[in-house]
Amino acid sequence: MTTDVKFYQVGSFAVGNRLLSRDLRTVQSEETRANALTCGHRACRGCGEALGARYALDTAIEATKGKLVVVNATGCLEVFTTPYPESAWQVPWLHSLFGNAAAVATGVASALRAQGREDIRVVAQGGDGGTVDIGFACLSGMFERNDDVLYICYDNEGYMNTGVQRSAATPPAARTATTPAVGPEPGNRFGQGKDVPAIAMAHRIPYVATATVADLHDLEAKVRRAMELRGARYLHVLVPCPLGWATESDETIKIARLATQTGLFPVFAAENGDVVDVTPIRHHVPVDPYLEAQGRYAHLFAPSRRADVIARIQAEADRNIVRYDLLGRRGGT
Amino acid sequence: MPEQLEGSVAVARTVARCRPQVVCAYPITPQTHIVEGLSVLVREGSLAPCEFVNVESEFAALSVAIGASATGARTYTATASQGLLYMAEALYNASGLGLPIVMTVANRAIGAPINIWNDHSDSMSQRDCGWLQLFAEDNQQAVDLHVQAFRIAEELSVPVMVCMDGFVLTHAYEQVELPTQEQVDAFVPLYQPRQVLDPQAPITIGAMVGPEAFTEVRYLAHETQLRALEVIPRIGAEYAEVTGRPGGALVSAYNMTDADIVVVAMGSVLGTLKDTVDELAADGTQVGVVGITTYRPFPAAAVRAALADAARVVVLERAISPGVGGPLTADVRGALAGLSTEIVTVVAGLGGRAITRPSLRAMLLEAGRGALDLLTFLDLDLPQIQRAQLTGAGR
Amino acid sequence: MDKPFAITLDVGSSLVNKTGSWRTERPVYLDLMPPCNDACPAGENIQQWLYQAEDGGYEQAWRQIMLDNPLPAVMGRICYHPCQTACNRGQLDEAVGIHSVERFLGDEAIKRGWTVTVDIPASGQHVLVVGSGPCGLAAAYHLRRLGHEVTVVDAQEQLGGMMRYGIPRYRLPREVLDAEIARIVGMGVHVRTDTRVDDLATTMSEGGFDAAFLAVGAQVGRHTEIPAGDSARIIDALTLLQQASGDGEGPQLGQRVVVYGGGNTAMDAARTARRLGATEAIVVYRRTRDRMPAQPEEVDEALAEGVRMRWLSTIAAAEGQRLTIERMELDGNGFPQPTGEFEELDADTVVLALGQEVALDLLDGLPDVDVSHGVVAVDDNRMTGHAGVFAGGDMTVGDRTATTAIGHGKSAARRIDAWLRGSGSPGGARPALAAYERLNGWYYSDAPATVQHELTTARRVSTFDEVTAGLDEETALFEARRCLSCGNCFGCDNCYGVCPDNAVLKLGPTEYAVDLVHCKGCGLCAEECPCGAIEMVPETT
Repeated sequence: MTTDVKFYQVGSFAVGNRLLSRDLRTVQSEETRANALTCGHRACRGCGEALGARYALDTAIEATKGKLVVVNATGCLEVFTTPYPESAWQVPWLHSLFGNAAAVATGVASALRAQGREDIRVVAQGGDGGTVDIGFACLSGMFERNDDVLYICYDNEGYMNTGVQRSAATPPAARTATTPAVGPEPGNRFGQGKDVPAIAMAHRIPYVATATVADLHDLEAKVRRAMELRGARYLHVLVPCPLGWATESDETIKIARLATQTGLFPVFAAENGDVVDVTPIRHHVPVDPYLEAQGRYAHLFAPSRRADVIARIQAEADRNIVRYDLLGRRGGT
Repeated sequence: MPEQLEGSVAVARTVARCRPQVVCAYPITPQTHIVEGLSVLVREGSLAPCEFVNVESEFAALSVAIGASATGARTYTATASQGLLYMAEALYNASGLGLPIVMTVANRAIGAPINIWNDHSDSMSQRDCGWLQLFAEDNQQAVDLHVQAFRIAEELSVPVMVCMDGFVLTHAYEQVELPTQEQVDAFVPLYQPRQVLDPQAPITIGAMVGPEAFTEVRYLAHETQLRALEVIPRIGAEYAEVTGRPGGALVSAYNMTDADIVVVAMGSVLGTLKDTVDELAADGTQVGVVGITTYRPFPAAAVRAALADAARVVVLERAISPGVGGPLTADVRGALAGLSTEIVTVVAGLGGRAITRPSLRAMLLEAGRGALDLLTFLDLDLPQIQRAQLTGAGR
Repeated sequence: MDKPFAITLDVGSSLVNKTGSWRTERPVYLDLMPPCNDACPAGENIQQWLYQAEDGGYEQAWRQIMLDNPLPAVMGRICYHPCQTACNRGQLDEAVGIHSVERFLGDEAIKRGWTVTVDIPASGQHVLVVGSGPCGLAAAYHLRRLGHEVTVVDAQEQLGGMMRYGIPRYRLPREVLDAEIARIVGMGVHVRTDTRVDDLATTMSEGGFDAAFLAVGAQVGRHTEIPAGDSARIIDALTLLQQASGDGEGPQLGQRVVVYGGGNTAMDAARTARRLGATEAIVVYRRTRDRMPAQPEEVDEALAEGVRMRWLSTIAAAEGQRLTIERMELDGNGFPQPTGEFEELDADTVVLALGQEVALDLLDGLPDVDVSHGVVAVDDNRMTGHAGVFAGGDMTVGDRTATTAIGHGKSAARRIDAWLRGSGSPGGARPALAAYERLNGWYYSDAPATVQHELTTARRVSTFDEVTAGLDEETALFEARRCLSCGNCFGCDNCYGVCPDNAVLKLGPTEYAVDLVHCKGCGLCAEECPCGAIEMVPETT
C-alpha cells in the first residue's frame, strides 16, 4: 500500500519529505498532527505501543476531521497514559475494563447512533491480552453484530504491563515470565496459534488488516481505509516491546521491520473476509537475525544453537510467505 | 387507568416511557420478558430513537451500557442471578465511573445447584458494588420505582438497580397503573450527563488512581450514597405529586401501633407478611412490618426510627451468608446499635421455596413467645436433612 | 463540566510530567562531512547544491556551486569526479551522477545568463594573478568576490591555460569555456594576455600590486633520453594538444602514432591523434593497466575509440620510423624492470606524454621563494617564502587536476584576503565523515527496473560527454534526488515521526528540535534517521 511516487531518494518509506506533495506525506509528518497521545506519558523508552497508538489515532482523527471517540482496554497503554492526575490523551477517551473494550465501544457507537451523531466515529483499542485473550468474547460479539467500531489491537505478544507473562499471542519458543527458558523445550510451547486477524476475517466483517510500526505509510493507509468503511473493522498492529522482548530501546522499529521481512508477521488487508492486499517483503531475510536481536530468544543461541527450534520458526515464516504470497511469486495482488 | 399486566410487561412499558436511548441485554430467566418487551417496542419503532443491542453476555451487556452512558445516552439493561455475577466486574466499574445506568434485577438464586427461582442472593452478593438497590414489594411499586430510578440515578450520577422478585413479580399478572407518557416526561427530564465523551470537549474518563487519592475517591462515593438518602424521599414525594401514587421511600411501615414484635423484610414477601399480621391482629396479636425499599444505601436512621419502639425484631431474609446468617440482619443490627432490642433472623424462601401464611403465622407466634433461635430456617425439612446426614451426603 | 474527582482528567495534562529526567543519552543533530564533499578537491558543498536542485532550485544550486567553483560547466565536463567514487550510494546501487548534474547546472547558467556580482565594498587592494588556468581564474574570481581589484596576466593569447591548450575540444567545447571565462572577466577582472611575467618583483612593484598569486601550472613536457636519430619525429604531448586546440587544422602526425606514457595526457594525446586522422594510435606504457595513472574511464574511452595499448613496454630507441621497444616486467615492489627482450614497432610520430614540469624562471628575482622537487614550496596559507606572494595549482604540490587547481585557487584567494586584511586564516574544524555504516538503507527506495535503465543512461551521458547530449532536466532532477544526503538532515521527518514521546518538534519544513523536557533518550530518532545525522550523546550528570 505504499504510495506510487517517482521519488527515489527516500521514496515513500520515510515519514515525510519536503519534496512530496502534502497528500502523499504521512499524517505524522505534519506539524499540525493531532498528537492524540502527547508528551509526558510513562511508557518505557522506545515503546512500540505508544508509537503505534499515536500513529493510528492521529490518522483516524485526520480521517474523521477530529470527530473521534476512543475506548481503551486495561493494559500498558491505559496505565502509562492516565495515572492520576495526568492524562496523555488529547481525544475523548474512556477506559472501562480489561476485557470489555469492544463492548464499551459498541455502547458508544449505539449511543451516538441513537443521538443522531453518527458523524462521530469510534475506535476501541487494547493490547494483545485485552484482545486475543480476555477481551475476545466481546470482540467477537462486536464483530458478529457488525457494530460501527474500528478495533485496534496493539500486539506486543504478551502481558507486558503485568511483567511479561505469556498471552495467546506469544510466539513459540519466546521466553516470558510464565514460559521460562528452562527445561528441554524452553520458552513458549509450539501451538496451533490464535490468529485473530484470520478469526476476524471468518466473521466476514468489512475490513481486517495487519500493520506494524515499521511501515507508517501502510499503517496510515489502513486506518484511512478503515475509516472510510462502516461496521466492524479490525486492525492488528505489531508493536515491539523493548522490555518484554529484551531489545534495545532504539531497535523497536528495526525489529518490527525484521518481523515483516522474515515473513513471521504477514502484512495484508482483507475486505468482507477476503484478502485484498498484501504488502510484499522488500528485503527477505531468514528468521535468525530477527530472533538473535531479541533477548527473549537468547536461549535459542546460547549455550548452544537450537537449530531444531529455529528451523520450526523458519517453517512458520515460510508458511506465511506461501500463504500470503509475501514474495509476490504468484504475481500481482 | 389500571391494567391487568404481567410484571415484566409493565416494567418494559414503563422503562420505554422513560425514553432510554440504548437498551442492551442478554437473556436470563426470569428477566427475559422485560427485554423481550423492550425489543419489540424498539423494533416496531415506538421507542425511537433507541438502540437495542443483543449482546453475547451479561458482561458485554453492562459494558455496552457503560459505553452508551458515558456517551450521554440514557441507558437501561436487565439481568438476574448468574448474569448479575457475570457482570460483577462491570458493576463496580459503572458505579466507579459514576454512570447513571438503570438496571432491573429479576431476583433469582445463584448456583450451584443451579436454580432459576427467586431469592435475593444475587443482588445481596453485589450490595457493596456502589449501585443503589431499590426493592419492589409489588409490580405497581416496581413500575413506580423504575421511573424514579432514572431520576435518582441521573441526579446523583450513580447507577441504580431496581430489584423485583423473579417469577413472583416478573411473571405475575396484577392490576397495575402505568404512569402516562406525559407524567413520565414531566417527571424525568432530558438526561444531562455530568460528563460525556465529546470531541468538542475531550476528557479522559477512567484514569488510574493510586494510593494518594483512592481513599478520597471512595469517600466521595460514600458521600454520594448518603446523599441518596435525602434524594430518594424527595424524588418520591415529587413522584407522588405527579402521579398521585406513593413514591419510593427508604422504608415502609405497617401495623406498627402497639407492636412489640416487628418483622423486617424486603420484596414481595411483604404482601404475604401484611396479610399474616392482619390475621394475627384479628386474633389480638400485634406484629408490625417494616419493609426495606432502599437497601443500598442502607437507611440506618430510618430503620432505627421505625424500630425504636419494638422489643423484638425478626429479620426475614431471602438470602443467606453461609456461616454467618442473614446479610440484612447485620445491617439492621447496626442500625439498632445500643438499643436492647432482641433481634433474630429467619431465613426463608430460598431458591423459590414458597413462604406461606401459615408458616409465617406459626413463626411469628413463636417469636412472640421469645422462642425463636437467633437463626431459624423457615420450613426446614429436617427429616430430609437427617437422611442426607446419615448417608454421608450431607457432608 | 462537573467532572468526577481523579477518575476523569483533563486532556494533555501529562505535559507536566518531565520524562526527560529518565534520559541517559540525548539526541544531537549533526552536520557530518558527506563523502562527496570530502572528496571534492574544489571543496564544493555538493550535497547542499544537490539538495537545492532536488526541488528544481537550479539557480540556487548553481549559486551554491559558485561559492566554491566558478567553472561548473567546465568542471561538469572535465573533472574526474572523485565525489562519485566516494559516493555512499555506490554501495547501495550506483553512485549519484553528481558530475552530470553539475554540468547540467553549469549549462543551465550559461543558457539563462546567470551572473555573479561583487556584493561587498572595494578593499582598495590589488592582487596580481599570474596564469589563467583553472587555478588562476578561480583565485581571480574569489578575490573579486572578496572585494579586491584583480589583474590576471597570461603568456598565451587567450585565457584558460591547460583548459584551453591542454584539453581536447571533444572533452571541453570552447564555447562553454569561453562563456564561463567571460562571466569571470565580466565581474571586473583586469586581463593582460600575451604577457609573460619574467620578473615578478618588478612586475609587482611597477604595477602597484599588494599581493601576487602564482598559478602558471606545469607546462614543460618532461623528456626522457631516447637515443633517436634525426629523422625520428618526436613531439611533446602538450604541444600536440595545444596545436590541436584551436579551430584550425592540427598538426600532421601520419598514419601510425605512438604515445609514450600512461597518464590522462597520454590518453588525450592518443585520442586526439585518432581524431587527427591516425589510423593507429598505440600507447606504450612501462607498467600494467591497473598501475596506470590515467583515469579508468579515460582508458576505457580511448580503447573504445580504437586506441591500442602496449603494457610493460619502454621505448629503447627511435630511428626513422622504427622504434625499438623493450619488454618490462614488474618486480616484487611493482616497479618495472628491463628484461633485455626487444622488439620493433613502426611509428610516423612519437608523442611524449611523460608528465610536465614547472617553468620557474619568473621567480628569478625572488630568492626567498623556495623550490623543492621541482615545485614551489608554500606554507599552510599557500604563501611562498616571499611575503605576499602565494602560489597554487600544478606549480605546487598536489594532484595535477583542474579540480585540485580550482581548490587551490579558492583557498589561496581566502588566505590572500585574510593576509591583506590582517585577519586570521579562515577555516574551521572539519566535521567527521558520514560513512556508509551510519546510514539506514531501508529508507532509500530501490530503483525499479525502468529506473535502472535511466541510471545506466545517466552514467553513459556523464562519461561520453560531448558524444551524447547532457542531462535533460528530468534526468538531472532524478539524479539529484538520488542523493542520500549522508550525514546531513534533508527533512524526511523521520525523527519527528518515530519519537514515541512526541519529543521531537517540527519547527518548520526540514527544521527540528528535541524537546529535552520530555525526550527519554530512547534513540529511535537516531537509529531511524536515514542519513545518520543524529547521534546519541551521553548526558553528563
